[in-house]
This record gives sequence, structure tokens and C-alpha cells, in this order.
Amino acid sequence: MSDAALPSAGPPARRAKPRGSLIGQVFEGLCFGAATLLLASLGGIIVSLLIGGWPAISKFGIGFLFSSTWNPVTDVYGAAGPIVGTLITAALALIMALPIAGGVAFFLTELCPAPLRRPIGTAVELLAGIPSIVYGMWGLFVFAPLFARWIQLPLMAAAKPGSILEALTTGIPNGSGILPASIILAIMILPFMAATLRELLLTVPAAVRESAYGLGATTAEVVLSVTLPYVRQGAIGAVMLGLGRALGETMAVTFIIGNSHAFPKSLFDSGSTIASTIANEFTEATSPIHTAALISLGLVLFLITFVVLGLARLMLRQQGAKL
Amino acid sequence: MLKTLGAAIGAALIVGAETQAFAAGAISGAGATFPAPVYNKWAEAYKAQTQTTLNYQAIGSGGGIKQIEANTVDFGATDKPLNLQDQQTNGLVMFPTVVGGIVPVMNLPGFKPGQIKLTGPQLADIYRGAIKKWDDPLLAKTNPGVKLPNLPITVVHRSDGSGTTFLFTSFLSLQAEHWKSEVGANDSVQWPVGLGGKGNDGVAAFVKQTPGAIGYVEYIFAAQNSMTYALMQDKAGQFIAPTAASFKAAAANAKWTTAPGFYLLLLDQPGANAWPITGATFILMHAKQADAAKGEEVLKFFDWAYKNGDADADKLFYVPLPANVKDMIRKSWSKIVGPDGKPVYK
Repeated sequence: MSDAALPSAGPPARRAKPRGSLIGQVFEGLCFGAATLLLASLGGIIVSLLIGGWPAISKFGIGFLFSSTWNPVTDVYGAAGPIVGTLITAALALIMALPIAGGVAFFLTELCPAPLRRPIGTAVELLAGIPSIVYGMWGLFVFAPLFARWIQLPLMAAAKPGSILEALTTGIPNGSGILPASIILAIMILPFMAATLRELLLTVPAAVRESAYGLGATTAEVVLSVTLPYVRQGAIGAVMLGLGRALGETMAVTFIIGNSHAFPKSLFDSGSTIASTIANEFTEATSPIHTAALISLGLVLFLITFVVLGLARLMLRQQGAKL
Repeated sequence: MLKTLGAAIGAALIVGAETQAFAAGAISGAGATFPAPVYNKWAEAYKAQTQTTLNYQAIGSGGGIKQIEANTVDFGATDKPLNLQDQQTNGLVMFPTVVGGIVPVMNLPGFKPGQIKLTGPQLADIYRGAIKKWDDPLLAKTNPGVKLPNLPITVVHRSDGSGTTFLFTSFLSLQAEHWKSEVGANDSVQWPVGLGGKGNDGVAAFVKQTPGAIGYVEYIFAAQNSMTYALMQDKAGQFIAPTAASFKAAAANAKWTTAPGFYLLLLDQPGANAWPITGATFILMHAKQADAAKGEEVLKFFDWAYKNGDADADKLFYVPLPANVKDMIRKSWSKIVGPDGKPVYK
């Protein structure tokens, strides 16, 4: 009977190879190919950014990173304004979005009545699916006027001459600039972070949580001393995912940040980010050095993202050592 | 497995070949976004009459110039004209299609369109931050009897590279020496002051939301959003309103005959009622067509558009070219030749 399971005909040499060997080989090959393709395209992108940006890199040197002149007429370019704008908006967005995302995730996993969990969870995921141009248009046409009227003008009116608040709130009172762009970014990265955090919190074994409750811990205590430490590593990944999106977000920011290449001097001042500058100027960049400068900006963004991810890895490793 | 793959590739190739054959009655163009609505409108009507499809990709003037130089399209379109030397180095021929105007728009509560008068040098001073408030004595001089508000001026410009910005900054360069030397003219410049909105609608939105703001948009946006525009001083010293008639006057008075390769910005043209910030949008084609039939298809399309497209252009707030200019353009097409050296347009 046992013979029936084997190929009925064929020399013993064939028999050594199990029936699924071809499928297995193809599967391995495809997986290897997928991984190689990913690495190859990553390398390809770096190389093509380097080649494309080389005219600007060789012309401006390291000064490209520190000069805030961006003059397409004289073909002199410096990336300091967009770099600073990118870092500030992404950092502000993260600071605003992280507590809210955490709150949403904890509410959904710990406090929310069971029948509401699904609808709210789905709503959060739907928010993540809205195209960024929609956020941009909404930001410009709906959010900016409301922000100017209810937040910006009262703040500007409340600022005493010479105070820090005044320095932070100078600008054009129309709801555009660094802070409004950061708020839009925060709204955009919020659903990503909330959804990921929720998934993470769901991975905490029920036994662990319930034993904590069994010991008489309050919800806050369970969250802070049991579930949060349990998912810490993954949580940093979720934060980095949000930060990555904030760093590279293009359209929504372009609409509302005011698009000035100079250093932003206050929260309501116009600024620019690397991605918004590229989106604004790439189609009409006719001089070779202008195109090269924009491609170099892309390379800088790539490096910033790389450094951010590297730092995240480092933090994870240190925490792993502590545990 | 390999056989199926081979069959699939084979099938794909056949399908590809078929689409290629099907595309023979089609012409392709790419470039400026400003004239895209009228080109697409013309293409629709032309297809209904002749079965020839025009595929126009509005990727921006810079992209249009790059694409035609790389020879990936049958024609390129640009708002920023190439001068004769640039045309010749790249073996290109350029001709205009329609004319449009750029309008300074403002947000001054309580003011009606056309209540404020501006001169070119004043506009340059506003855009470089020298005139900071609406009740500046310089502005009061050209607006006697108007109570100008004590509002700070917020300058709004385009953030994206644009033929509109090229025309506007060219006008400021023409009007003010300091603008020419300090900022210059290009499709994006280093703006001394102000904030940038993306596209015409971005500029219009910022102007509408900021009391005291001034911006510049294509006429269609000013008209459709019924924005408060300024009267501009024409070459004769009169203050005139932006209307289809005043753009037409600028196009009619332009010295196309003495413009080599149709390189002409219709800025500050002489003649009564000629809007000072007017410009044409242009088509670029290779002077030597590899495929004479294809070149003829393209020129036939534009010939048809010059004959039948004026009404559509008017409806979309563009200004058609005067008849004598159209005749000059048709004559200039003799420079576009096929592989045998004979003009492709007969």
C-alpha cells in the first residue's frame, strides 16, 4: 500500500527527489528574487540619485546643505531651508499625533464597549486611505480659514510685544505656514500610527493582561506597566512608520506650508519641505543644474530617512539590551 | 510553465503591435498646462470630424520642451517661448496658438473690481517688499479720491514653476530695473517676500483668505472666482481693465512680423486698450520630421484649430490669434520638412 503514495513508475534516482521539489525550488527562487530585487532597486535608486544630482553636488559641495539661497534665475541652490522645514514639520507632527494615536489605540483595546470597537477601528483605517491631495485641499480651503480665525488671530492678539509668544506667532494671519502644515501632517499620520498601535496592543496575551487586572491594577496601571512595556519595540516601529510618512509627505504640505525657501522664523511663517520643493519645481526645471539640485534634495531626504531609521534601530537595540 | 510564460509574452507582443497599428491615426503632444483645456476641447471636436486622436499630456512647459527635444512626442507645448537661437540649436520650429492674460487680483474688503489702479513699477515695488501697506503714498498718487485702507500687503505668488510666473516676472523686469537686476525673470524665481500657493487655485485661495493680499492669476481664474482685480496702466498711460478685448488688442498690436521664430512676449504692447501682461502659448515641432505623414497630421490639426477653434477658445477665456498672424504661422510651416526635404504641410 505504501507504494501507492510514491510515483508509480520511475527509476530509484528519481525517487530521491520528492514530488514537490520543482515547486519548492521555484518558490525559493522567487523569494530570493524578490529580496534581491528589493535590494537592487534600493541600490539603483541611490546610484541614480547620486548620478542625477552630481552636477549640483560637485558645484555646490557641502555648502549645498547649509545655504538657504534658492535662486532658479542665477542657478544657485542651497537646501538648508527645505531641510529645516522638513525636520520641523515632521517633528511637530509626531509630537502632536503620538499621544492621540496612543489614546485611540488604548481606548479601542481597553476601554471601548465591544460593539463600538469594529466601527471605530474601521473608521481609523479608512482615514488612512484618504489620498493626500484631499487632505491638502481640505487643509487649504476648510482648515486654514478656521485655524486663522480661531487659533492664529487670538494667539497673535494675546502675544505681548517682545515676548517669546510674539516671536513664535508672527506671520501672515491666513492659516498657512509651518504649524498648520504640521497639524495637517499630524492628522495624516495619526491613523497609521493608531492602527498599528492597536494591532500591537491586541498581540498582548489576554492572560498577561487579565493577571494584572486580577492583581487589582487599574486600567491606567495595566496600560502603563503591563501592555505598553510588552509592545515597546513594535511601538517604536509604528512611530517610525508615521515619521517616515511625515518626512516624505508631499501634496498636502505643498498646499498649506506657504512655499518659501528661506528659514522659517516663527510657527506661522512660510516654509518649505524637501518633498514640497521637488513637487513644486520638478516639472518646470529646465536648466540642468536646477534639475540636479532637485535630485540632490531627493538624495538628502533619502539620507534623512535612512538616519531616522538607523536611530530607531539603535534605540531598539539598546532597549533590547536593557530587558 | 515556461511554455505558458512564452505564450503570454507572445500574446502581449501581438497586443502591443496591434495598439501600435491602431495608434497610426493619432498624434501626441505634451507640455504646458495653461492651454491644456483648449487643446483637449479642440482634440475632441477634431476627433469627431476626422477620426484622428490627439493625446495631449499637460506635464508643464519645462516637461514639454524636454519631451520634444527627446523626440518622444510629435509636438511640445510651452508658455515660455524659446528664442530663435535655442530653437535652431535644437532643430525646432515654434509657433503660437492662443493668447491669455495675467491679472493682479486683490483682497481688499469693501473694494469692487477695478477700483484700484496700479502701474507696472508699483507692482514691482509691491512684489519686492518696498511698498508694504495699501495706504502707501506711492499708491495714493495713482488712486486720487480713493480711501486706501491701512492694511499690510501680503504678497502671494505661485510656488510651482509656471509659465504664468515667467510672464509675470518678465513684465516686472521690463517695468523696473531693480527687479531685473535683483530677481530677474524665470518660471520660478527667488521671491523677496510673500508666500507661495500651488497653482492658480492655490494663489486664488490664499488671496481670498488673506485681507490685504495681492496675487497674480490667469484671467480665467479671476473671472470665474469674480475676484477683485486691479486696473493696470497700459503703454499709453491709460488705466485699463483686463477683458478679452484688451488681451485681443495686445495680440493685434504685437509686432509678430519682426519677431524671429515667433519669439515674442506680448508685454506692454503699444496701442489703445492693450493689456500689459499678456502672453501667447506656443507649440514646438522638429524642423526635420522623420515621418512626413505624421508631421502633416500635426499641422493639419493646428490648421483646423485656427479655422474652427476660435469659438471654443473664447468660451474657455482664451484669446484667439488675429487672422493675419494665423496666415504668417501657416507660411512659417514651410520650414517643417520631411526626410525628402519637402515641406510636410501642403
